[in-house]
Amino acid sequence: MSNKPTPRVRVPASAKKDEIIEIKTLISHEMESGQRRAADGKTIPRKIINTFTAAFNGKVFFEATWHPSVSANPYQSMFFRASESGEFAFSWKDDDGSVYESKAKLTVA
Amino acid sequence: MAQRAAQTRRETLIAGMASFAAAAIAPSLALADAAAVEAEIKKLYGDRKAEAGRIKLDVPQIAENGLVVPINVEVESPMTAADHVKSVHVFADGNPLPGIVSYKFTPESGRAAASARMRLAQTQNIICIAEMADGKLFTAKSEVKVTIGGCGG
Repeated sequence: MSNKPTPRVRVPASAKKDEIIEIKTLISHEMESGQRRAADGKTIPRKIINTFTAAFNGKVFFEATWHPSVSANPYQSMFFRASESGEFAFSWKDDDGSVYESKAKLTVA
Repeated sequence: MAQRAAQTRRETLIAGMASFAAAAIAPSLALADAAAVEAEIKKLYGDRKAEAGRIKLDVPQIAENGLVVPINVEVESPMTAADHVKSVHVFADGNPLPGIVSYKFTPESGRAAASARMRLAQTQNIICIAEMADGKLFTAKSEVKVTIGGCGG
């Protein structure tokens, strides 16, 4: 899987004020644990997404630190209390320094 | 003579496969234990005592595939500025490394709940510790029986 990780996010497009909404995220990534060995006996170096953050209008409301025991293609769900219309920004930080991002809009009626 | 040679080739092939399998399995032998989890918790919170309760740790009793085990954690809390869950750490006592995930919540989270998927090397305990805004600690523990381990192989 040498393709660039693709994030996928499911967020409701609109919510009532103070409604608690569920957000589901998924990203394609092998999450190489650093525990496996290749056929030649060498350890395959660790390469995982170590941090996931979810922000709304620039303010982080949820953060997850992932360890090597998180499964490949990591799924993460969380909740958010809708207060105003705005934009979500989700980001995944890779061990190699890359950051994968995804955005979603929310309208609060 | 020809038959004899064929046997030798087969033996060589089997021996080769066996050593490959051994190399693939070997790293999973160094596993964490309950003491490693306690050490991690001590590193985070020192000697502070954690009470049981408030955490709903939802993991399967039996996981057929250790590569993808669903885990859902929810902590009871009104999630207001004064009274909310600050963080939740999840550990396992039978994986090569004790840490699984750590979550940071804010009052904007609305509900201190999150779910993910984890790898488990063998049958083991999942230990969860939550810190509240007032500094109180809560803990929960649940055993997962793993049919096929999901590490190293």
